[in-house]
Amino acid sequence: MTDLLAKHSFVELGARQRAKALLDAGSYRELIDPFQRVMSPWLSRQGVVPQADDGVVIVKGSIDGKPVVVAAIEGNFQGGSLGEVGGAKIAGALELAAEDNRKGIPTRAVLLLETGGVRLQEANLGLAAIADIHAAIVDLRQYQPVIGVVAGSVGCFGGMSIAAGLCSYLVVTREARLGLNGPQVIEQEAGLEEYDSRDRPFIWSLTGGEQRFNSGLADRYVADDVAEIQQTVSALLQQDVPAEQRSRRVDYYLARLAELDAAPQIDPATVRALYQGERP
Amino acid sequence: MRGLHWFNALSAGAPPVAGLPNSLKVADGALGEHAVRFIAVVTDTHNRFPRARNGEVGLLEGWGLAKAVDEAIARGDKRPIIAIVDVPSQAYGRREEALGIHQALAAAADSYARARLAGHPVIGLLVGKAMSGAFLAHGYQANRLIALRDPGVMVHAMGKASAARVTLRSVEELEALAASVPPMAYDIESYASLGLLWETLSVSQIEQPTPQDLARVSDCLVGAIKDIDTPDLSGRLGATHRAASSHVRQLLREQW
Amino acid sequence: METLSFEFPAGQPPKGRALVGCVGSGDLEVLLEPGTPGTLTIQVQTSVNGAEQRWQHLFQRIFQEQTPPALNIDIHDFGATPGVVRLRLEQGFEEIGHD
Repeated sequence: MTDLLAKHSFVELGARQRAKALLDAGSYRELIDPFQRVMSPWLSRQGVVPQADDGVVIVKGSIDGKPVVVAAIEGNFQGGSLGEVGGAKIAGALELAAEDNRKGIPTRAVLLLETGGVRLQEANLGLAAIADIHAAIVDLRQYQPVIGVVAGSVGCFGGMSIAAGLCSYLVVTREARLGLNGPQVIEQEAGLEEYDSRDRPFIWSLTGGEQRFNSGLADRYVADDVAEIQQTVSALLQQDVPAEQRSRRVDYYLARLAELDAAPQIDPATVRALYQGERP
Repeated sequence: MRGLHWFNALSAGAPPVAGLPNSLKVADGALGEHAVRFIAVVTDTHNRFPRARNGEVGLLEGWGLAKAVDEAIARGDKRPIIAIVDVPSQAYGRREEALGIHQALAAAADSYARARLAGHPVIGLLVGKAMSGAFLAHGYQANRLIALRDPGVMVHAMGKASAARVTLRSVEELEALAASVPPMAYDIESYASLGLLWETLSVSQIEQPTPQDLARVSDCLVGAIKDIDTPDLSGRLGATHRAASSHVRQLLREQW
Repeated sequence: METLSFEFPAGQPPKGRALVGCVGSGDLEVLLEPGTPGTLTIQVQTSVNGAEQRWQHLFQRIFQEQTPPALNIDIHDFGATPGVVRLRLEQGFEEIGHD
């Protein structure tokens, strides 16, 4: 019975299985697969065991018969952190998808985001790769929707939360968290009173998938279910690019922030009330 | 204050663009024959968001940068955009996370990237710190990055104290390790070895530029504008310390 | 971190290859690929230092039960227990058998 249940949970799947679950049967083809052993050139020399795919799986295939590339981050390897190789895999795949579109091939992209952001052992190369990923999303988005999925359990943080904010559509579950700064780092920088990294209900109430969806910072809120996530991604891919990207709603968000009394410390209900008017 | 001083020197009295947060300095000035927009994030001790009062890139700054860049795009003249980078960090706070600082920074990155794709030469001029999310929002989408050679100019993903905590090391251990691993180092020479900078140059007074300093940097900026030949970030690839980034792209292309 | 090498007598190489596991806490990644007839080679990169004897004994126990196929095995270990190592190897052998 546990086997049967596990089959339906998306969160429990590894990156490779997640990518496979989204694609049309038989269309899965991995690029730079783990047997090619393109591994981090930086981890071993720092005494950290590398992974054969550097924690990023790039797969080409089709969804509803149309070409797609899926980039899936393995959250269990080094917290889903992005180093040089993994970051270049995602950026390079998105760059080639944009190139496809310029040649008339309508390749779309899906990003499965389980990541703490930059891998600190490769600090500046991770950061540079994430800037490349941002650039590539903005480029590809001119032609095709880029779908971000934050399913959990790692969540999506650091520079990759900015990538999530650049996606055409963002799908979250209850297990998901989405935020720029990890709770530990905020506590370190701003103090326990500002942010208690051990208070899990507090953190989920501010940055969890349900709150993000109810605040208009995510587009779909789904159950942790393989079929539901597959269908949601497929439906979003069939939509055109959004009329207005969330990351381009500058006047709207500046106006909302101008209305806010920023003096008192904030709570989740205030965020929902401030932002909820935007959901059509 | 470096960011402000370099902004004042470069913009040379051009009127500030109104309608933006006080933490942003934006002006349309000139570089040689080019009409350009200068943008800097500066300290605002009265910032409504208390965690963004020391020059951090927070909610207002992220959305405000997007607005400043979008306005330049809307003018339709493809004027160069110069991001003067002196940003100690993104804002770390409860309000920031709750209100979606990641989305505000995405807006800024989005606008800079679209400006670049639309044919605006975009230059990042690093005169101070260029840290993590703050740099991603303000400068890292530039076609060309230029850094001044100075111990106060540094690019990194995380401050030392936090990086030590997250990697379960002492600050001393982190510093020792960083000295032997170029991408982990905090100094600008190591960063330059990654191939991400188009140019580095020395000035005599980095805190308060002299007329000669200003002339050198202006010439370099003009040179960078002229050098831009593609709207993408491919000019950053090719250094031996970033060989894997090129290798991965080559393999992807072969297997695509 | 340590890198260790092992070699055992083996049968014929299989046709396929397999990947199981992940370099996550208490887990390991195992890559199995066809090797030279008669020989099984194993390369282990492990976060736990000073455990060469334990790996040796574990592999001996597993392979004395049944002669393994000729494989080149790469292991990236992040502190897995002997039970998890055995489980992953068995999964790997099973996946290769299916090809």
